[in-house]
Parts: sequence; structure tokens; C-alpha cells
Amino acid sequence: MELQFNADEIAFREEVRAFIADNLTEEMKQGMLRGGYLIRDHVIEWQRILNKKGWGVPHWPVEWGGAGWSPIKQSIFTEELQLAPAPRPLSFSVYMVGPVIIEFGSECQKKRFLPRIANSDDWWCQGFSEPDAGSDLASLKTNARHEGDYYIVNGQKTWTSYAQYADWIFCLVRTDPTVKKQMGISFLLIDMKTPGITVRPIQTIDGGHEVNEVFFDNVKVPSENLVGEENKGWDYAKFLLSAERVNLARLGVSKERLQRARELAARTPYQGRPLLEHDGFRTKLAALEVELKALEITQLRVLSAEGQSHGVPDPASSILKVKGSELQQATSNLLVQILGPDALRRQDDAFDDWSSMITANYFNWRKVSIFGGSNEIQKTIIAKSILGL
Amino acid sequence: MQDSLMRLLQRSYAFDHRWKYEAATPGWSREIWAQFAEIGLLALPFTSENGGLDGTPVDTMIVMEQLGRHITLEPYLSTIVMAGGILRRAASTEQHESISTKVIDGSLIVSLAHTERGTFGSPSRVGTQAVRSGDLWQISGHKSCVLHGDSADLLIISARTSGAPSDAKGITLFAVDPRATNINIQSYALHDGQRASDIQINSVLVPHSALIGCVDDGFRILQSAEYETLAAVCAEAVGVMSELHQMTVDYLKQRKQFGVPIGNFQALQHRAADMYIALEQARSMAMYAAMMSQADDKTAIAQAVSSAKVQIGRSAKLIGEEAVQMFGGIGVTMEFKAGHYFKKLTLLEQFLGHADHHLELLTSGPGLFELE
Repeated sequence: MELQFNADEIAFREEVRAFIADNLTEEMKQGMLRGGYLIRDHVIEWQRILNKKGWGVPHWPVEWGGAGWSPIKQSIFTEELQLAPAPRPLSFSVYMVGPVIIEFGSECQKKRFLPRIANSDDWWCQGFSEPDAGSDLASLKTNARHEGDYYIVNGQKTWTSYAQYADWIFCLVRTDPTVKKQMGISFLLIDMKTPGITVRPIQTIDGGHEVNEVFFDNVKVPSENLVGEENKGWDYAKFLLSAERVNLARLGVSKERLQRARELAARTPYQGRPLLEHDGFRTKLAALEVELKALEITQLRVLSAEGQSHGVPDPASSILKVKGSELQQATSNLLVQILGPDALRRQDDAFDDWSSMITANYFNWRKVSIFGGSNEIQKTIIAKSILGL
Repeated sequence: MQDSLMRLLQRSYAFDHRWKYEAATPGWSREIWAQFAEIGLLALPFTSENGGLDGTPVDTMIVMEQLGRHITLEPYLSTIVMAGGILRRAASTEQHESISTKVIDGSLIVSLAHTERGTFGSPSRVGTQAVRSGDLWQISGHKSCVLHGDSADLLIISARTSGAPSDAKGITLFAVDPRATNINIQSYALHDGQRASDIQINSVLVPHSALIGCVDDGFRILQSAEYETLAAVCAEAVGVMSELHQMTVDYLKQRKQFGVPIGNFQALQHRAADMYIALEQARSMAMYAAMMSQADDKTAIAQAVSSAKVQIGRSAKLIGEEAVQMFGGIGVTMEFKAGHYFKKLTLLEQFLGHADHHLELLTSGPGLFELE
């Protein structure tokens, strides 16, 4: 196993960089620098640019538009996008529901949905969590009753990111309440335009609107929108969630933030000279870089192992989720510390750049150790699946 | 007074009240302020000869902790502790009559306008200039993040009257009417909902009688008022942390996942215990800062408040972040209380220097145990 990129991988990285440089607009880049919130039009436009190049869904099988890259190349690609920074691909579409349909969906579902996902023609959101089913996801209560050619869905989902833009939602629903909780769950694809669906926004502490509650009141879903077999949804969900973990390390995002931390510290006076010149600050920065380097190598190790085990993520991916989220949070906090007194104010026009969003971003990013399986759940996975405790 | 304050806040500072106060002009409640005056809260730290109650820093600590528990929006810290701290140290008898008396009866809001953009870590760096011509002083400059600058009836502005830009000597304090022409106030909200302002001062003329204290002698006063304020901020943070920790423990008992309250899980119990340890360590240091803030030895005071601020900063970060994590999703929502306490703690961490800054100050000092 190589812990450094070979010549082919370095050439590939140059190719990706050049493509991004030629195609990423300044407006998209600024949008990413300022927020980290997905900007609908940018996400769609950028996905189409990538798709045209054949890079829209590189991790998918070649027959559905994949690029046939090794896991290492895929991670180089992802990291370059994050470093640019380019609009984040809509993970619910390309990393979650797409791979589930590829693995477990019917031929009709593949033909119907996959090309539209690759080209961002449909915006997908994720209907997993419920008010009483967070870390204990399998206890979800939203139910689907089979009636003729339809499922009738009733219940409530929450923390549904970008439901306000969504054309479709993939949902875990209870189809059999009489069996062990994991055994009675199914995976349904639901058109958001179906009568009976209500989306209510949830405002987060940074003032943003990203997540929503989604209510289902006798929503009629055609049976053909069931993925795989009835009551097998928990298996599909586990497949999806473990793939999500790898994706959530977001190394490139943390690297890009550290780069910005340097830049900001170089222009922030402290005790009369740039903060970047102070030993205390440099020690702190170096310590974070060491942790990030360690995670980078760990990710390479996990990815090479995955390359050998045919795409089934191993439980070590939980390390990536835990450390990755911790480092994203640490870099967002470092930026707050650099701002010092300027961190107090809410976003305002006194700043002309992304630094006005730093504190809001620190608040918002408390979510990254909560979503995608909280870090507590990840540690339980490590304890049980790896350590056998 | 502590009981009356507690009752008042319990009655009038429920979370939905706070929303209303924040949303309406001036971003806090004048009614609550009047009630603060009524129960003597505004008079507390002033001397009895100026109409006050001779309260000590420990009394202020008790009040600030209560205010912190409700993350109040009123300008107690800015008017009574900070600006009041300047008045208590330097105001003339006439100024006490014309200013302190009105502060105490609740009819005058005063804000200190000292900090300037880009001067972090250099407290004596004052770019605002004041030039004397006859009986008048002409002040020009820019001040940043003046707490409650938009509701202030009076500003205490620091300006350089002699010396180089970073000299401790040569700073003078002036009482200035913010409604004077040539003063431009731009206001905004801080992350906790409190208001603050950037203030542009363009050749504002004030009479010599507007001086607070002596010419060129302002820094000593500013510094000593800042120590008092730091001690108060530490106490406020302890109030915020206590409340947030309690909320978290209650939630651990009530929220069920996997068929049991999540507080049954030992991993979470230990973390709640760590938060409690951090809280009590912070409380100890807030007490230490309050008790030391009237010591004779300036170095000892500086060391005490800096070390308190380091501990407060660290405890606040741990408790704030851990609380949000244990609440999960609802911890980051606007409609739920906990996130607002987390934001307040983040603010207090940064206010008047974060932990890193105060550590830096401590490392250049004689060492905490050298003094004993």
C-alpha cells in the first residue's frame, strides 16, 4: 500500500485541477467561501458541468456513468473539489440514493432515476430521522400501509436537509409493526409533489435554513417506488449510512479552512503584529495540521482496503467520520479564535468577504458531529464491530 | 436583592419574553431596566455618597450570575459595570450628580467607547485623537463594537491627547453626547442578540468639563475598570454554564432512545460529569477574580482576572459544545433554548480576550504561584 500518490495519480490531480480552474465560476467559488450552505442553482449548474465531462458520478459503475477510477482517484477528485472550493455535490442524490438504487433497485428504477440524478435533473432529500428516532433510527414510526397498487404513508420525518428544493425524497417507512424493529422497515421513493406532503422549515442557530420537518398525511405512493424487497429497508439503510461515513470526513474542506486560517492570521494584527507571526498561534496551527495529516493517511488506508473488498466500507470508516467531523469543527473554531473581538458580530456589511460568516459557520458546524450517525453512534460501531466489546 | 432579582427574572425573563425584548427597539426591555432600578440593582456598585449601595465585586458577581442564567439583553454590563466602573474611579462630584445619579435611577444609559478595530492585544492603542483649543476639545476617530451604542444617552470616549499611538500615557476620557452632530453610529446585533455599534467621530467639539479624570491619565482607569468588567463577565459565564448544564442533565433524564433515557448510558454520564467539573472549576475562578479585583497589587489583579478568563474560556467551550452535542439536532435550532446559551458562551469566550490571549498575558507575567 502506498502512502503517497504515484505519478499517475499526480497527473490525474493536475488534470482535475486544470478542469476546475477552467470551469468553476468566481460566483460559485465565492458562494462556497461565504457559507457552506448549498446554493441550489450553483449545485445544479456545477453538477451538469461535471456530468458533461463524465465526472458527475465517478464512483458509480461505468454503465451508469461512473468514471472507473480507483478509490484513491475518487478521493483525489473529491478533495480537489473541496479545496477549490467548488459547490458540494448533492450527497443525498449522488452518494446516497443513487448507490442504493444501483445496488438494490429494479431495472426500471435505474433507468428512470439514475441519469436524472447524474445530471441533477432531480433534487433528492433524505427521509430517515424522526423526532423520536435519531440515534435509535430503527425505532422510526412513519408507516406505509399497502393498499392495492399503492402504499399509503403517514408520519413525520425531521432534519430533512434541503427538502425545500427537493423533487423527491427517499424514506425509511415501517411496513410491518409486528416484528423486531429492524425487520419491518422498507425503503420508499416518494415524489415530493404528491398530495399530503407538507414541508416546515427549521431555522438553525446561525440563522440559516437548511433543515426541515416533512409531514406525510395519507400520501399515496405507487408500489413500483419500493426499492428492493419489502421489510428489507434496514439493510439498504445500513449500506447507505456506511458509505456516507467515508464521504463525511471531508478532508479537503478542513485543508481548505486551514489554508484560510493562515491567510486570515497573516492579515489579523495581534499585539501589534500579524497573528501568524506569534509562536503560540503557529504551534496551534501545526498541531491541527498534524492531526489532519494523520487522518489523510488513515483515509488512504481505509480506501485501499476498500478497493480490495469490493466497495463494502469497513467499520474503520467510523474513524473517518469521527476524526473528520472533529477536525472540521476544530478548524471552524480556529477561525473564530483568529477573528477574536470581530467574532462577536452577526453577519454584517462591515466585512466585505467570507470572514463575516466565520462565527455563524462555527455554530452551524456543530451539526457535523451530530448528523450522519452521531459520533457517539460511530464510537459504538467501533467498540462493537471492531473491538468486539 | 438577590431574591427579588431571581423572582423578577423568573417572572419576566422566560425564553419567549427574551425573544420579544430582542425583536423590539432597542433590543432589550426598558421595563425590566426600570425594575432593576427599583430593586437597587443599578445602584449596587456605586458608593453611598454618590447614591449607591456600596456593593462589592462579589455582589456584582452574584448579580451577573443571575443575569447569565437568563441570558439577559439589558445593558447591565456595559452601563453599570464598564461605564459605571469608569465613573466610579474618575468622575468628579459634579459628574456624579449629573451622570451617576441618572444611571442609578435608570434614566441614563452610558456606554464605553474604547476599543478600535485591529487593536486586539494592544489595549493602549488608541488612534482616536483629541486636540485642545482654548476651553474646547476636538475629537476625531473611530470606535468599534461599542456595547449598546445605539441606546446610549452618553458615550465615554477614549482619545489620545499625547504620546505615540500605543503609549499607556496620553489617553484621556471624555463624556460625549452621542446625538452630537458629526457622530455617526452604525449598529448591529451580536451573535447573542445584544446590540453593539461602530462609531465614527468627525471633529466633535466638547467642553473641558466633559473630561472624566485627568488629562493623559485615562489608561490606568480604563484598565482597572476592565479588570472589574472581566470579573463580571466570568460570573455571567458561570450563570450561563450552570443553566445550560442543568438543562442538559434534565434532557439526559428525559430523552429516550433505545428504550431508555439516554442518561442511562455511562458514556454520557461521564461527559455530563466532565461538564460539571468544568463548571465548578470555572465558578471557583470567577469567585477568585471577583475577590481579587479589589486587591492593592495591580499585577495580582491582572493575573487573577486573566487566569479566570482562561478557565472560563475553556469551561465555556467544553460545556457549550458538549451540551449542543448531547441535545443533538435540537441543540442547533433557533427555536430551542440550549443553542442560544451556547452562542452566548461563545461570545463571552471572545469578549475582552479569549483564553489564548489571556494565556499569552500570563506567560509574560511572573507566574501565578510566584506571587504567594
